[in-house]
Amino acid sequence: MGLKTPLYDTHVRESAKLVDFGGWDLPLHYGSQLDEHHAVRRAAGVFDVSHMGVLDLAGTRAREFLRSLLANDVAKLTAPGRGLYSCMLRDDGGVLDDLIVYRRGETEYRLVVNAGTRDKDRDWIRARAAAYEVTVEERTDLALLAVQGPAARDAVATLLPPPQREVLLGLGVFACADLGSWFLARTGYTGEDGFEIALPAVEVQALWESLRAAGVRPAGLGARDSLRLEAGLSLYGSELDEAHDPIASGLAWTVAFDPVERRFVGRDAVERARSASPAQLVGLLLEERGILRSHQIVTTDRGRGETTSGGFAPTLGRSIALARVPAGSGMQVSVEIRGKAVAARTVKTPFVRHGRPLINL
Amino acid sequence: MSDKLPDDLHYTKSHEWVRTLPDGGVEIGITDHAQQALGDLVFVELPEPGRRVAPGESCAVVESVKAASDIYSPVGGVVIASNAALATTPELLNQAPYGAGWLMRIALDDQGARQGLLDADGYAALLAEEQN
Repeated sequence: MGLKTPLYDTHVRESAKLVDFGGWDLPLHYGSQLDEHHAVRRAAGVFDVSHMGVLDLAGTRAREFLRSLLANDVAKLTAPGRGLYSCMLRDDGGVLDDLIVYRRGETEYRLVVNAGTRDKDRDWIRARAAAYEVTVEERTDLALLAVQGPAARDAVATLLPPPQREVLLGLGVFACADLGSWFLARTGYTGEDGFEIALPAVEVQALWESLRAAGVRPAGLGARDSLRLEAGLSLYGSELDEAHDPIASGLAWTVAFDPVERRFVGRDAVERARSASPAQLVGLLLEERGILRSHQIVTTDRGRGETTSGGFAPTLGRSIALARVPAGSGMQVSVEIRGKAVAARTVKTPFVRHGRPLINL
Repeated sequence: MSDKLPDDLHYTKSHEWVRTLPDGGVEIGITDHAQQALGDLVFVELPEPGRRVAPGESCAVVESVKAASDIYSPVGGVVIASNAALATTPELLNQAPYGAGWLMRIALDDQGARQGLLDADGYAALLAEEQN
């Protein structure tokens, strides 16, 4: 038996097919991954993401510390109530994790990190925070839900009393707010509008029931993966790992090279990669019949690469992938599926956003 | 678990089913248990009619949202038809695994070739065993 989130019994009652995910027993789907995928694109779905790590950082030098720790620059969070996506790097530029950092107060920040890396992240951060007199608290007392889809905002709003509802509806993309014991952020991992809500574990069951009553559909890890793939979003362990820098993983846009005087862990390595990266991450659309999967060999006019994620894209009715290929590769490539070379072409990601295809099929 | 297994079919340990047709040929598909375990089916690759298959030979591929799985021919013979509807509606495999989701029809080389298949009781026992 693996680790359980506070909603484990609820998932069982909702007839979830449970799978092991990084040591956690989590829902793969509740009957049909495809139905859950479409529900999020067309209406609203709720994901239990309580396996993810929440780290609260505080201290008068917290901003200075985070500016040295993260590849993106928290100085962009000019006031409390905003979030920022960033990689956390090793000295050699390898990606330790990708995360969202929220500024909650003048000197208080919240990091939401991946489940599989949370222990490593906490230790890495604590080891460096001490010198800045920044405290690092792991919030295992919190549960985390992601409510996603075009109807998510209204569904969450109806659960709040009027003054808090106003605040929620006023939140822009990547903004956040503490409303009573709940922390709400207008972020997600699906390419749709929605919120991620951190709240005391003892309150999550009631929130889940309220969302269900508001017509929000439970969605599992399967749909979470196909939604993020269509949205062109990286998954740690697939597109991202310690062996590759953010440039080779399509995340150059998340590295703040300016101001040049800001020193952050991994800076020298990513600057070198920026001027001469051997690899790039691209989106692929399969042009023949079949299904792309991860770790398939991709042949381009510049040499060989590999798919990092692949699958069926329900919104497109086609198969897509993300792949790491030699820098400068041309549009036409071939992918080896079960010993056979099939044609694919590179496309700009995201493949899908806000319910609509963004690529020519 | 799954409902009662159709008792007019035979089954394999790799979760295919075999239906004997009036002309003596057989129809092949995957069981309800198999489609549930695979999840939503999104792609099916079937053999061309005329292809000769040996018992136990990989003759088709079904791909779900999760993974690709080989289908092994339970019998030896010549493929006389494959289910063209699955090219555009692979979800038939989930919706009607014993009916509209059939995969292919095969003219048998040898009527004795069906030996070694399980009947409904035998397959039910296999499923019970796998669950434990």
